[in-house]
Amino acid sequence: MSHVALRGVTRVYPGKTPVHALGPLDLELAPGEFFAVVGPSGCGKSTLLDVMAGLASPSAGEVLFENRNVKGQVPDGIGVVFQEDASFPWLTVHDNIAFGLRRTGAPAAEVAAQVGYAIEFMGLKEFAQAYPAQLSGGMRQRVCIARTLVLKPRLILLDEPFGALDQQTRLLMGDELLRLWRETGATILLITHSLDEAAMLADRVGVMSARPGRFLELIATGWPRGRDSTIVASESFGRLTSRIWTLLRGESLRAMGHA
Amino acid sequence: MPNALIVRIAIVVIAVGLLELLCRLGVIPNFTMIPPSAMAQSLWKILASGKFSHDIAATLVNVGIAIVAAMAAGVAAGTALQGWPAARRTLDPLFATYYAVPMYAFYPLLIVIFGLGDFPQVAIGFLLAVMAVIINTLNGLDRVPAVLLKTARVHRLGPLAAAWRVRLPYAAPYVFTGFKLAVAYSFIGVIGAEFITSSRGIGYEISFAYNNFDNPVMYAMILFILLLVITVNMSLHVWEKRLLSRRRRA
Repeated sequence: MSHVALRGVTRVYPGKTPVHALGPLDLELAPGEFFAVVGPSGCGKSTLLDVMAGLASPSAGEVLFENRNVKGQVPDGIGVVFQEDASFPWLTVHDNIAFGLRRTGAPAAEVAAQVGYAIEFMGLKEFAQAYPAQLSGGMRQRVCIARTLVLKPRLILLDEPFGALDQQTRLLMGDELLRLWRETGATILLITHSLDEAAMLADRVGVMSARPGRFLELIATGWPRGRDSTIVASESFGRLTSRIWTLLRGESLRAMGHA
Repeated sequence: MPNALIVRIAIVVIAVGLLELLCRLGVIPNFTMIPPSAMAQSLWKILASGKFSHDIAATLVNVGIAIVAAMAAGVAAGTALQGWPAARRTLDPLFATYYAVPMYAFYPLLIVIFGLGDFPQVAIGFLLAVMAVIINTLNGLDRVPAVLLKTARVHRLGPLAAAWRVRLPYAAPYVFTGFKLAVAYSFIGVIGAEFITSSRGIGYEISFAYNNFDNPVMYAMILFILLLVITVNMSLHVWEKRLLSRRRRA
């Protein structure tokens, strides 16, 4: 049984000259799977995320989340973390994280407990009463992840969440993401432009073509569930990334206009 | 104490001192202006006697009504217009020329519509203030990053909840600028209107004193307005700074 299923999903941006951004595209994610998407710039990765989250409707085809059609509205149980800073500058770290939980009408004691746990889990304890403006970019991204986490989403969609961070922070954030994945048991779809990140984190990597984005190949990484960033030094990691790159190179050239 | 503050205080003290000296020496004749110390004394006597308490209260209530109405209507209209681009495009020329219209020219019309009570004064204060709130609310809402709007949708907020919980809080510093202007414009509108036709209020009393060559009362009330408006605006400024300090990078 699949947790998420995409069937013939296509997205065309209407207009004088309609832009065919995505698909048709099929994908099945198993419950608790960590799936990464890599692809050349402008191949429709973010469009894919918007359609899966219900932030945009597919022009054709359907997205099923827990066997229910996702269309134009974000269903309960899906959490999204964006590349851009989405923390609320007028709220403290604590109130940022509590934002969604308070909306659900959960009792104050439970909100406090959940938020306290998320703050601890994401290493934000010293900053609970700070405002986002006082934090670094990486810290703010943690706040956004924690805000998603407390809602206990069963599917977490991440759109290049570490794109704005430096390489060392990215690797460490990758470790935290793996820890979070194991702890929550959620299904994760991670969009990234970093081949290393995809190869290190995911159970399977979907390699996308230049626009209109389609999957060229779905590569199983074969990593154990208890993996961490130290695998980047292993030999099979190198083989994996070179395989992904071989697939992507031609597409990236096409995306840059060198057909 | 910061240097700028010392300089600021020094400038005020020197200017007031100079004025005092010129009045006392007779360079400025007393029928033109009375010395600042006499203004203060006269104001103190007026306030202590409670002679104008009724007028001061009337003005403050009218200004207060104009401010609150302008804030509420301005934020509501700004939020609605931001979500309705077609209406906004249509009204845009009105926004651009609004402050070119001398609002006081409508005073006779307002009296015809609202009669001779406090209403025309409140209306002028409101009309002057409301556009500042609308324009600044629009400006703030235009700056809400797309990712925060998406975040609101991910949290499954409806249009009203998104406006109340995400869009307006983000726009708050801009809306606040609108509020500050609304306070200033409401004072200008109401007190100015009291000058024209009114039977009570601070503006009326100043105008009455002027017509009767009653310099001690006239200057006392001018001083009162100055102190009042400066105090209100300084308090708002301090409050704004405190709000903004959280949102700026440390």
